Amino acid sequence: MDSVADTPRKSMLRQNLAEFWYYFSESKSAVVGLAFLAGIILMAIFADFIAPHDPTIQYRECLEHAPAWGEEKCNFIFGTDYAGRDMLSRIIYGTRLSLVAGGIVVLLCLSVGIVFGLLAGFFRGWVDTTIMRIMDTIMSVPGLLMALVLVAILGPGLLNAMIAISITYLPHFVRLTRSSYITESSKEYVIASKVAGAGRFRIMFITILPNCMAPLIVQGTLSFSTAILDTAALGFLGMGAQPPAPEWGTLIAENRDLMLSAPWTVTFPGLAILLAVLAINLMGDGLRDALDPKMKRS
Amino acid sequence: MFYFVLKRIALLVPIFFGVTIMAFGFIRMLPGDPVAALAGERDMTPERHAEIMLKLGLDKPVWQQYLDYIWNLLHGDFGTSVLTNRPILDEFLELFPATIELGLTAMILAVVIGVPIGIFAAVKRGTLYDQGIMGISLVGYSMPIFWWGLLLIILFGGVWGLTPISGRISFLFDVETVTGFLLIDALLSGEEGAFASAMHHMILPTIVLGTIPLAIIARQTRSAMLEVLSEDYVRTARAKGLSPLRVYGLHALRNAMITVITVIGLQVGTLMAGAILTETIFSWPGIGKWIIFSVFSRDYYAVQGGLVLIAMIIMSVNLVVDLLYGMINPRILHTSS
Amino acid sequence: MSLLEIRNLSVEFETVKGTFRAVDGVDLSIGENDILSIVGESGSGKSVSMLAVMGLLPWTANVTADKMEFEGRNLLTLSSKERRKIIGQDISMIFQEPMSSLNPCFTVGFQIGETLKEHLGLDRNARKKRAIELLDLVGIPAPEERLKAFPHQLSGGMSQRVMIAMAIACNPKLLVADEPTTALDVTIQAQIIDLLVNLQNEKGMALVLITHDMGVVAETAKRVVVMYAGQQVEQQEANGLFATPHHPYTHALLDALPERSLGLDRLPTIEGIVPGAGDRPDGCLFSPRCKYVQDDCRASVPPLENISDTTLRCFHPVDLEGQAT
Repeated sequence: MDSVADTPRKSMLRQNLAEFWYYFSESKSAVVGLAFLAGIILMAIFADFIAPHDPTIQYRECLEHAPAWGEEKCNFIFGTDYAGRDMLSRIIYGTRLSLVAGGIVVLLCLSVGIVFGLLAGFFRGWVDTTIMRIMDTIMSVPGLLMALVLVAILGPGLLNAMIAISITYLPHFVRLTRSSYITESSKEYVIASKVAGAGRFRIMFITILPNCMAPLIVQGTLSFSTAILDTAALGFLGMGAQPPAPEWGTLIAENRDLMLSAPWTVTFPGLAILLAVLAINLMGDGLRDALDPKMKRS
Repeated sequence: MFYFVLKRIALLVPIFFGVTIMAFGFIRMLPGDPVAALAGERDMTPERHAEIMLKLGLDKPVWQQYLDYIWNLLHGDFGTSVLTNRPILDEFLELFPATIELGLTAMILAVVIGVPIGIFAAVKRGTLYDQGIMGISLVGYSMPIFWWGLLLIILFGGVWGLTPISGRISFLFDVETVTGFLLIDALLSGEEGAFASAMHHMILPTIVLGTIPLAIIARQTRSAMLEVLSEDYVRTARAKGLSPLRVYGLHALRNAMITVITVIGLQVGTLMAGAILTETIFSWPGIGKWIIFSVFSRDYYAVQGGLVLIAMIIMSVNLVVDLLYGMINPRILHTSS
Repeated sequence: MSLLEIRNLSVEFETVKGTFRAVDGVDLSIGENDILSIVGESGSGKSVSMLAVMGLLPWTANVTADKMEFEGRNLLTLSSKERRKIIGQDISMIFQEPMSSLNPCFTVGFQIGETLKEHLGLDRNARKKRAIELLDLVGIPAPEERLKAFPHQLSGGMSQRVMIAMAIACNPKLLVADEPTTALDVTIQAQIIDLLVNLQNEKGMALVLITHDMGVVAETAKRVVVMYAGQQVEQQEANGLFATPHHPYTHALLDALPERSLGLDRLPTIEGIVPGAGDRPDGCLFSPRCKYVQDDCRASVPPLENISDTTLRCFHPVDLEGQAT
């Protein structure tokens, strides 16, 4: 039964994906970004096997040991921190926290943002006005300050930092969903669907929403990278993940006093943040070029 | 144009109420007893508790508390710091010039470098120059600035010993505060070397704070220019036999600036967020450091006041940018209705 | 001596899918006070060839020619600085979309004055006086007030008049009009064409009129160049061309005019489409659509030849000695 209905849909999906990949792979940097991100994700998943040491074990005889290769004692490629923990292993385990934080922020923003955006776009009137004014309010405060205030209410911690960051990003998603919903809803295929007797929710979620997804995916990707940055920033300020969690920003904060005597303890975690964010942004740029119909074929 | 201005101002009213409700709600949503949180005292006697409650007006209904709060705000009363017992507004205004000074220099750096390299990349589209500039600006855009600051401190301050790494001026100088802008005050003081020292202290913080806006402005200028360069009127300008400088620098840029101005305006929010990190790293005595300090020392009136003040500043800047946008866009400026 | 002399002009674009030849072997010669019309379908390279003369193509374009001279000066070897002295002063151009061809950020007066300042070095008052004069000349009412207008306050026809005023500001010797009426209302089209022809007469300048409207050609041009897929296929006097077109493409083009097909049930069409970058035939580019096609047409590209007063690119011309041979 399903084969009859599903076959054309599947082949169309495959065709769309092929077309998408054609445009995406035109940009070499985007493919490099994607490959690097895939590497980071694998590193996060298999941290237990890749990391040479337990990130929490303190090697008392190797405090603040400089990066070393092939030494008999204290053989740590990225050196050790103030408590003698292996920096490399801490960074590898930190990948998990950063990626999960970024991913959860994007998922939260996408799900809540789409719902609010659709509500605003569908009902218009006072529902729209209320939602959009709340979003304007959130946007009128700089993101990091807003996140700080929210964490002050919720209490410091990685989970609360993620919630706070999600709230500060939410307006972008709501606005984007609302505006593309409004643009799409006046198009012929929506009218056709209405004429065919489709219900409210069918029109909102099944007819229109898929056509609004392209800009949302791009925004989601870009927010993924900024979420990693902001999680690290909150961690650095002491309002995000709390020590001894090896979150990248927290790693920089806890070793900050050593930055002149043991610069590797600060340099490597930051480099990890930079590279991860850079890879995602490279990929995001490629995604935008491949998905944005305005840029396409011009 | 008049209608345009009026509409822009009207849009700010709900946001003002939104921000004040948020700031008002913030204190009441804090975990634990608000009275204790606001008074900054623990283990109070019941009498003391009631006394403070009365003093802060916490015994009144919530809506009345909010109206009182708005009333006070409109009269310039943003509450009193629990730590210093001084009015929030006074503290804010005292520290604000330091943040403006840093923010302005960072912004100047970002615009002065970002706009020209964005134009250059657009004109040289597809070449190695373009790819190089865009590559570097993407790195800048991806930069965790707190780490970037520490890295620069390690290199310039630690390894090479070229620049000071904290504060606004060397402790050898005791410059009298006149305007609050240290560069100006240092000049006014007439002390030899004071201005140079203040400038010297600004280098690293300016670079750190300016990095992300610089990257964003360069990228956005490029894409705005690319859009404009394919327009027919650019071809017309070239058909007139005008020099490339005039074609790109006047005909194309004038149109691209309409977009770029908006982008520059939006960077004010980025700068405020960046100031929190930058000022913390460089012990820069401005608003950013003050907010962080207030959060950590649970000086919630200060956080609340800072939140409202910063939001109001950003709202005003956005209004100015909007008006500027209307002024440089003839389609808005010269439309009567 | 002719004003503009072009021999074997070619323009190529490097694209991802290889080299694309937009203009292929065009010969043109425009005398003083001449009206030459270039006709052809969209994408036939008519605009691109004139943009190449103006030096307005993007840097991805590769322009080659045996000869491209304006008043005896080689436009190909001229430095861009010297070329800019000619462009806008001695040769000027107006475009298809008048609304978007004017810069939305500057007033009409500024945009006209800019040309005057650049090429003639007039001072502010002289510029203003001349601009008013020019706007009056192109038939814009209340010119003094219009100087302060921004392009978005003008209609399409008005904008094109401003463009013309700007183009004739320095009394050019050659004016190139690239489909000047295509984007305008039908009622305005005739006015603009009349204006161009009158100005051409009064000023004694040469006019190159690029169009795909055969009616406009019949009304105005002295000589006509027909282009197809980047190649020049026929060139002759306008009267001769309309009376006895020799190239099968011109023939078919004229047959497709409603005025010429009175009494027929259906308007004749040319089957098929213009070849694109990827599907160019080996021989004559028109051969796949040609009614008179023969084997040699498919084998090799016919050269551009002068036959009596006609320049032709065809092995088997129509109506030269009776019918196609």
